[in-house]
Amino acid sequence: MKKAFLTGNEAIARGAYEYAVSFASAYPGTPSTEILENISKYPEIYAEWAPNEKVALEAAAGASMAGARAIVSMKHVGLNVAADPLFTLAYTGVNGGLVIVTADDPGMHSSQNEQDNRNFAPFAKIPMLEPSDSQEAKDLIGEALKISEMFDTPILFRTTTRVSHSRSVVQLGERKSLEMKPYSKNPEKFAMIPGFARKRRLNLKDRLAALEDYSEQFPYNRIELGKNYEVGIITSGISYQYVKEVFGDEVSVLKLTMTFPLPKKLIAAFAEKVKEIYVVEELDPYLENQIKAMGFKVKGKEVIPEIGELSPEILREKLKGEKPGITFKPYAQLPSRPPVLCPGCPHRGVFYVLKKMKAVVTSDIGCYSLGVLPPLESIDSILCMGASISMGHGFKKAFEANGKNATVITVIGDSTFLHSGITSLMDAVYNRSNTINIIVDNSITAMTGHQHHPGTGYNAKEEPAPAVSLEAIYRALGVENVVVVDSYDLKAVENAVKDAMKYKDGPSVIIARRACALLKGKGPKGLYAVNEEKCRKCKICLRLGCPAIQVKGDGVFINPLSCVGCAVCVQVCPFGAIEKAGDE
Amino acid sequence: MAVKSIFISGVGGQGTILAGKVITTALVNLGYDVKMSEVHGMAQRGGSVITQIRYGDRVYSPLIEKGRADVLLAFEKLEAARYVEYLSPEGTLIVNDLEMPPASVLVGKEEYPADIVERLKEEIRNMIVVDAVGVAKECGEIRAQNMVLVGVLARVMDWPKDAFVEVIRDVVPAKYVDVNISAFERGWDMGML
Ligand SMILES: Cc1ncc(C[n+]2csc(CCOP(=O)(O)OP(=O)(O)O)c2C)c(N)n1
Repeated sequence: MKKAFLTGNEAIARGAYEYAVSFASAYPGTPSTEILENISKYPEIYAEWAPNEKVALEAAAGASMAGARAIVSMKHVGLNVAADPLFTLAYTGVNGGLVIVTADDPGMHSSQNEQDNRNFAPFAKIPMLEPSDSQEAKDLIGEALKISEMFDTPILFRTTTRVSHSRSVVQLGERKSLEMKPYSKNPEKFAMIPGFARKRRLNLKDRLAALEDYSEQFPYNRIELGKNYEVGIITSGISYQYVKEVFGDEVSVLKLTMTFPLPKKLIAAFAEKVKEIYVVEELDPYLENQIKAMGFKVKGKEVIPEIGELSPEILREKLKGEKPGITFKPYAQLPSRPPVLCPGCPHRGVFYVLKKMKAVVTSDIGCYSLGVLPPLESIDSILCMGASISMGHGFKKAFEANGKNATVITVIGDSTFLHSGITSLMDAVYNRSNTINIIVDNSITAMTGHQHHPGTGYNAKEEPAPAVSLEAIYRALGVENVVVVDSYDLKAVENAVKDAMKYKDGPSVIIARRACALLKGKGPKGLYAVNEEKCRKCKICLRLGCPAIQVKGDGVFINPLSCVGCAVCVQVCPFGAIEKAGDE
Repeated sequence: MAVKSIFISGVGGQGTILAGKVITTALVNLGYDVKMSEVHGMAQRGGSVITQIRYGDRVYSPLIEKGRADVLLAFEKLEAARYVEYLSPEGTLIVNDLEMPPASVLVGKEEYPADIVERLKEEIRNMIVVDAVGVAKECGEIRAQNMVLVGVLARVMDWPKDAFVEVIRDVVPAKYVDVNISAFERGWDMGML
């Protein structure tokens, strides 16, 4: 059999292929993005980027209802957006198997929070599987589809950053050939008016009981007896790997893979074998609380941290009392290296202009979130996708209602606007908000690695697609004051903002448009350098925070390897000291 | 075989991901159980990036513990200093003799430590400093600095050279294959303590 070295996400995509999935939808979000990116490489599977996670899940629900095996993937906070269909899908159940992948981000490598989405399974009353490496990720997609169809339920598939983004060896199989299930109209199952929903609610209760029995027999829930029966560890997901790393077969382990519903009898059998039980899990005491509620005495969060990622190191320290051995640490503190806006990033100039304005700036999530950091430091708030426009609206109204005055500017990306900014702007128009709303349109979903969205003119398979026009959306929403500016033209951006400040008949929109500098063939061209004779060493150019502009002696120089030629710095230099030095 | 751990650190955009891919593909081809963990997303925007590789007969954790890496392969000096606590006392440090000042240094708010190589040399028994950028330039492609460093690592670990040359042929785009192989071989020649 062929083997491959896959990330968890690639393995999930491979699982979708092998186990006859024919419909996939997703909205990007770290650490889930590569699932759909890889699925879209299989011609056998219809794959799409949806504008947001709710739409993705609903589309997958429709595909499942039609009889196809379907998969939908998103980052943890994406499931909040998709929660509305999720909870009622538990009632309707499925036709073709329906797998909902949630990729959580403990430690917040690339996220605004670290919610533990395992809690969604009991909350929504749907079963859940948790893989601990790539082989399991692939195999369990098959199991998940089977369970989904057997019990007529959507199923949650929960990974974390270290499962999604770690590679391990996977045995590959062939794609199963599977006929789509027949569809027959059945409103009592699929049309949830209260009368039908009440019946489905009862059905849901029986289903969960049956699923619990299944969990008892599920071979991926297993006891691994060790040399030692004194200590038993109950664990799941990546934590299982850390437990094995630190303890090998010194202790006995109950590895849980179906983590909702939990196998009570199996847990009881394990509890009988060992003297003392620890629950080792990342984030919330999800297993611990349920196991305690079953009446077992276990230790968990009193020793294992509930904030941030776990690691073998942490387990070694907390469970064995071992500190890391001799390590080198020559410097107590080093300059940190946080992510920065790239050289030539079109977002930079917009924030440079905003910093000079006396305004409250509510912003949003995307590369442009980096405008919160020095030296640009022009953002007041970042909450969740789409919140910039609505929070700015609320802020402005609250000030007005209390007789105060403030200029409120909102900043949102193109992908984020299409994801969940449209209804926010509708609110601002409908309720006559005098906010200034800037859309930083770099014509791609940059932050997560250049995924297409409904405005880019291409679909997930890189085929040409209809492009949604932002201008047309603003017109349709009834925004009357709309201007388009080039993000690289600082004067134009500044004038647009100043003009908008004078406009008092509802929200203004400024489209600051310029393709992401990293997009192949679309970035700027050229090279700029500091003319030493003209430079007065005022260092105003450093306020742009461009990685290409560096301190040198008491002056500055532009690193030719980094400069991409956007010429934004040329516009901020009061002495005309930055000049063109090349065309490439 | 007992599990070995290679910790790679660098700056987003330096080619650490491709380096990790070449190394792990070769190790998988050699029949080892291998795990690799990398960071995607936000951190890649010029931030500090790490790749962790572990291989042996049976590997559980994809993460390396502090003080347990057999090699720290640092693509940049500051990123060597930052992660050197992962190196085991007997381990080898391979460091690219390259300074990439982070934003806070560029704007003059913090200082780039001037003595990184000297300080590390005082503490670490096995250390190789490589001018990977210079060597890559001589090979004709500055971006092949990652393969120079992979070459050094392969020699230090005593991995079979051919296995790597084969993988580079497979994973690197055709027109860059020769440059990358010569970069790897130049690195290999430097990988002696
Ligand atoms: C609900 C939700 N889904 C996905 C994400 C991940 N995510 C953050 S920002 C973003 C899109 C950024 O694209 P855009 O708004 O165009 O800004 P850019 O990064 O291109 O500047 C995504 C997908 C998230 N944080 N929340």
